[in-house]
Amino acid sequence: MSEMNGVTTSRQRWKYLDRVLSRPGPFTDEDWVPGEEVISFLESAKVLVIGAGGLGCEILKNLALSGFKDIHVIDMDTIDVSNLNRQFLFRQSDVGKPKAEVAARFVERRVKGVKITPYCGRIQDKDEDYYMQFNMIICGLDSIEARRWINAMLVGMVDMENPESMKPLIDGGTEGFKGQARVILPTMTSCFECQLDMHAPRAAVPLCTLATIPRQPQHCIEWAHIIAWEEERKGDILDNDDPEHITWLYQKALARAKEFNISGVTYSLTQGVVKNIIPAIASTNAIIAASCCNEAFKIATNTNPYLGVPETANYMMYSGDDSIYTYTFEHQRKEDCPVCGNLAKDLEINARWTLQEFIDSLAERAEAQLKKPTLRTEKSSLYYQSPPALEEATRPNLRKKLFDLVSDGEEIAVSDPAFQIDFKFRLLFRDK
Amino acid sequence: MADSTPPPLHGPSSKEKKYDRQLRLWAASGQQALEDSHVLLVNSAGPGVVGVETLKNLVLPGIGHFTIVDPATVSEDDLGVNFFLDEESLGQSRAKRCYELLEELNPDVEGHYIAESIENLLEKPDFLSPYTLILLVAPIPARLIDIICRTAHQTGTPVFYIHSVGFYAHFSLLLPSAFPIVDTHPDPASTTDLRLLEPWPELSALVEEKARNLDNLSDYEHGHVPYVLLLLYYLERWKKEHNGQVPQNYKQKSEFRELVRKGARTNNPEGGEENFDEAIGAVLKSLHPSKLSSAAMEVFEAEECQNITKDSQTFWVIAAAIRKFYLDHKATPLPGAVPDMKAQSADYIKLQNVYKTRARADFHEVLQTVRTIEKNLGRTTSVDEKEVEAFCKGAAFVKLIRGRPFHIAGSKAGINWGHRAKFAYQALQDPSSLLPMYLGLLAVDTYHAESVDKPLDESSLLSYTSSLVDNLEREAAAAGSSTQDVDLTEAKTQVSQVVQELIRHDGAELHNISALAGGMIAQEVIKVITRQYIPIDNTCLFDGIGSRSSVLRL
Ligand SMILES: [Zn+2]
Repeated sequence: MSEMNGVTTSRQRWKYLDRVLSRPGPFTDEDWVPGEEVISFLESAKVLVIGAGGLGCEILKNLALSGFKDIHVIDMDTIDVSNLNRQFLFRQSDVGKPKAEVAARFVERRVKGVKITPYCGRIQDKDEDYYMQFNMIICGLDSIEARRWINAMLVGMVDMENPESMKPLIDGGTEGFKGQARVILPTMTSCFECQLDMHAPRAAVPLCTLATIPRQPQHCIEWAHIIAWEEERKGDILDNDDPEHITWLYQKALARAKEFNISGVTYSLTQGVVKNIIPAIASTNAIIAASCCNEAFKIATNTNPYLGVPETANYMMYSGDDSIYTYTFEHQRKEDCPVCGNLAKDLEINARWTLQEFIDSLAERAEAQLKKPTLRTEKSSLYYQSPPALEEATRPNLRKKLFDLVSDGEEIAVSDPAFQIDFKFRLLFRDK
Repeated sequence: MADSTPPPLHGPSSKEKKYDRQLRLWAASGQQALEDSHVLLVNSAGPGVVGVETLKNLVLPGIGHFTIVDPATVSEDDLGVNFFLDEESLGQSRAKRCYELLEELNPDVEGHYIAESIENLLEKPDFLSPYTLILLVAPIPARLIDIICRTAHQTGTPVFYIHSVGFYAHFSLLLPSAFPIVDTHPDPASTTDLRLLEPWPELSALVEEKARNLDNLSDYEHGHVPYVLLLLYYLERWKKEHNGQVPQNYKQKSEFRELVRKGARTNNPEGGEENFDEAIGAVLKSLHPSKLSSAAMEVFEAEECQNITKDSQTFWVIAAAIRKFYLDHKATPLPGAVPDMKAQSADYIKLQNVYKTRARADFHEVLQTVRTIEKNLGRTTSVDEKEVEAFCKGAAFVKLIRGRPFHIAGSKAGINWGHRAKFAYQALQDPSSLLPMYLGLLAVDTYHAESVDKPLDESSLLSYTSSLVDNLEREAAAAGSSTQDVDLTEAKTQVSQVVQELIRHDGAELHNISALAGGMIAQEVIKVITRQYIPIDNTCLFDGIGSRSSVLRL
């Protein structure tokens, strides 16, 4: 009998779970001792869940029913009506309230004996000491940037002298009927940054197409979004969630489409383009979240082999569009990974580009995806985003050609306010 | 062509807001199909979490109705595995409490429950008739599965049969004997159909207008000729030098690519032209005659397509009309979509309209045939034009699934592998196959047919699995598989490991695995109900130890 949350419960409640916790199986390790010790580790393990959205709601439910008792959850968002088709811990009456708080209270009420500590804010608000308290971290986020941040944080925290400092990171993501679940053992196996090219950003439409030769409804919407708003409502901050703003963009886009005889601009498409909406459904979230929690449970209990053991599979891709297809494989670590490797990454460039063009390309290249880079070589500062004095001093470089600034094969260091680390690139001139 | 009346300027409705993220996947038509559906969940002797998790994923996107059949009362051990029960539920009907806690997820959904055993309910002959889809969760007596499947097969009602035990999950899907899908949502990149080898007069006229004077165009114009027109222009030049033949093979296509590459101007800072780059990139994938996918071929060759009757489903009437079109023109109706490409707005719109107009004409030809068929057969209702149009757009990618009964392991006599014996025997020899898990679960079913309450016992299960393997080997040999030099040692080891793992859990569900399987099944249910995307055919296995799945046609 144990007492928690004011309720006394016997293990009767965990009858089914206890079978796997207290009996060995054909794939369990020979040295594994099932029973009390496994159960007490599971109950004392501290797990951090990042994100209380579509995946996060599922993850909290699954962890609570996997026997974890000490769960923390971080999310900075409040509940929106379009969340209700999948984020099942929220009701119409919760719209506007913080997700982390509502989700934590709901699961605590439903599953007695579990403690869920919410934090309504950004992951960047927390420091190394905070992350050090957890046994593992599960990510259910749609933002690539936030995942890169936490990945770099966890890799940076590893202290070879202290095995406890290595926190398994389990990450899930979905889009429509597809998704992926992966396990990262920071510094030991391929990290999120090693795998960044699996998340190539959508190619941006060139500005001249938007400005002069639109052909698609999306071009008209992007024009309204990027150009018309700047020109006609300068000073107004565009709020993607304000229906008046979206309606304005929609009408602008519609008028432009008419001018060019383009059909297909709708309110829904406008919203989709402006907010970069990714289709999301409950069932895909259920699959990916449960896969993440299944791995978390196996890692915490050793009841069966788990994904992420070095030199074995660490990544599962799921696709449900055409029948069901999963691909489970080992993603290899990269020696030139800016986060967990020690070599500079090779980057092919056109030496005739200006520094500005090179900076623009960094945002789009799958292996970089840096939006506000500050660049320097060993000897000189190429461009600084801040402070203002340095920015001004380095600004003239933006118009210079790369061959005037760097030499073929030279290494540059790039930092970006979104990340704590420096990225090292070796620039290789294409068409010398 | 822009729509002449501007759409009303009100925002989305509250339903469109709530369902925004899913409407982007299956549109209003898919949503309507979900809302018209009534899903029946049959829980019998087990914890039944996997079915409840499946329903959760269907209530959220808004199915019309669901009904839970479950005779159990809630006990303490349910609370450790089922999220849709709480302390208050103890001692109450499990069907009722799950229904209540599921229904509150979505006020648009109407739930029902029946706290009785399916055995009693099936005594009413039309008990199953209100339901559009049935979820059966093991363990459930084989005799009842059999009754339900037979009835469902007669009415064309899809049935899922589901296992979730420990780290293993399985489900088989019984579909009607003909289950056609028009809206398969193929990858847009693979569906571009430009008919570059069969240009029609309006398209050739546009090439003449925009590309004939290529050399005299200004740099700006030259860099903005749509690549489709560039390819057509260079194809004409190629044909003049090659006896009217288009490039035939890889070597010729590479030479053709060079010809196009030489046409690009390089007197600019980029050292090339984007429209020419696009043209060069499209050579290998666009210069082949339009061809039917084997899936589409299966539809047009189906019995149902060749013998249309007064009572044929509308799908087959349209398919027959498109088949005639295909026979007459050696091509399916033109879908009409043109990918985005570097071009000036007006030129691109013009090109788009040439394709749209042609697609429209093809559609009208098909529609005419549909109307003729209807008239000749004296059909009383006429097929909706929109349906014909959608079929024309996706004609090259339609898909037909032949639903087939799944195995029911009720007796020690084993199961009949029929014409899948050779395939299953092959799978058994593949060490990465999940077939051993399937055999293990069939053995559990056989065991439960005798005594649902007794704990699983290793020697019984092993004797069932070994007779399943022997049966399979015998059937495969009879069907012509060579069994002489086949070594099944590894397969048998795998089967016995599965059995040990099943005994370890002894019918217990792990919440994670039931949640995962519940997600997979819900995706499949949505695909079946909306008739969009492509569901499994017909058995899916998931192994939570290696985190792998496999779909087998058994
Ligand atoms: Zn890395």
